[in-house]
Amino acid sequence: MLERKDLGGYIAAPDDDLIVCRCEEITKGEIRHAIHDGLFTLAEIRRFLRAGMGLCQGQTCGRLVKALLARELGVAPAAVEPATARSPVRPVEMRVLADNQERDDG
Amino acid sequence: MVKNAADVVIVGGGIMGCAAAYYLAKGGCSVIVLEKENAVGSGGSARNGGGVRQSGRDPRELPIAMRGIKNIWPTLAEELGVDVEYCQKGNLRLGKTAAHLDILAGLTRKAVDCGLNVKMISGDEARAINPYLSQAVLGASWCPTDGHANPLLATLAFYRRARQLGARFISGETVRAIRKNKGRARVVAAENGLYEGGTIIVAAGLGSRPLLNTVGLDVPLQPVLLETLVTEAAVEMFPQMLGTAAADFYGHQSARHGSFVFGIASGYEPFARAGFPVSSSGAAAAACRNILSYFPVLADLKIIRSWAGWIDDCADHVPVISFTDEVPGLIIACGFSGHGFGISPAVGKLLSEMVIDGQPALDLAALRYDRFGIK
Repeated sequence: MLERKDLGGYIAAPDDDLIVCRCEEITKGEIRHAIHDGLFTLAEIRRFLRAGMGLCQGQTCGRLVKALLARELGVAPAAVEPATARSPVRPVEMRVLADNQERDDG
Repeated sequence: MVKNAADVVIVGGGIMGCAAAYYLAKGGCSVIVLEKENAVGSGGSARNGGGVRQSGRDPRELPIAMRGIKNIWPTLAEELGVDVEYCQKGNLRLGKTAAHLDILAGLTRKAVDCGLNVKMISGDEARAINPYLSQAVLGASWCPTDGHANPLLATLAFYRRARQLGARFISGETVRAIRKNKGRARVVAAENGLYEGGTIIVAAGLGSRPLLNTVGLDVPLQPVLLETLVTEAAVEMFPQMLGTAAADFYGHQSARHGSFVFGIASGYEPFARAGFPVSSSGAAAAACRNILSYFPVLADLKIIRSWAGWIDDCADHVPVISFTDEVPGLIIACGFSGHGFGISPAVGKLLSEMVIDGQPALDLAALRYDRFGIK
């Protein structure tokens, strides 16, 4: 159970302009602001900022975002629920996906 | 008990619950929202195509859609302080056969009767609006005041603003029962405690049914799988919301981001395996085949992600938004049947009116909980 209490005032960090999610170009400051706005799960941060929702699907920034969330909430990273992995594992062209049916034209 | 008391307790932290919480908090009510999942907006709110449409709607819920599009959506981003990516550039519902055009003409006639600006257009007229459409499109219905928005952002924007206004949100808290006191709904019994509300709103999607059962009420809801996929970002191609008479796909290109979000139809949605909603391997392929038959130009665009969720499909495919005769103090808002997102801000407003003014500003008699007669 998670009571969504206020985390206290936002304290700017000198490296807030660091890009964390490279695919969607989301900075550390944007992620920290979102957490202070009440987005307390990785799923919510993903939906709100698109961090981890780009071409690599969070394979690069997933752990960094998790560490930021854990620090702001004052919990261990292991206590943060992981974000859900989704198919496809790699980006796939629509014409490739569309061509999955058996054909009888040889 | 006093610690967990509020004017209104809302069961369900989806977009309906979050929107209601926002309008209630804005209206001066104390609010507690209880969400069973860890994340806010984990049900249909995070799993839909983002349509903000009036066309194609049942006349019973059309007035709600029209009120939202006229009075709420245009200024929602400003009001909530978050760009919810609302884009009002019309809805094309496409047809490829004479039978499709008959379906579209029927829907259009019903909507015109309700005062909506929607008309039938030819394939060439549709291609003049959207030049990427294939020659297979014979005609379409066109509603210029429809559009789309980002449901993930809109849900969290309502949540964020409601929380700023003092609404209390508790997630990971499963509600087990509603209890009455002197005949009135009064207490919500959850896994970790009791919550007392002057009014209790049940907006819990499919979970609404077992919960209503605890006070002897029932709403005929059934789970139907919904599958969605998203592409990589592309240059801006077209701003319209798209649907088809064949219901073989729907979707739009995100107004700010450039990715396309498409809803899928595989034909097996009512028969999906129970439990955690899982994307089926065949549905994404079927969706791509269908989409490419309307938009061959998208063939090389990459799908980067697919996801699935449950629709709380109501027996007659329109929601229940209602007080009940049997249990005063209880308000039901469920059964949105896969097209709730577009009307969610207006529904949130109506729910707040039901609490604060004692009645909604629109006549919701057609959406009552006791409308389900036997054949």
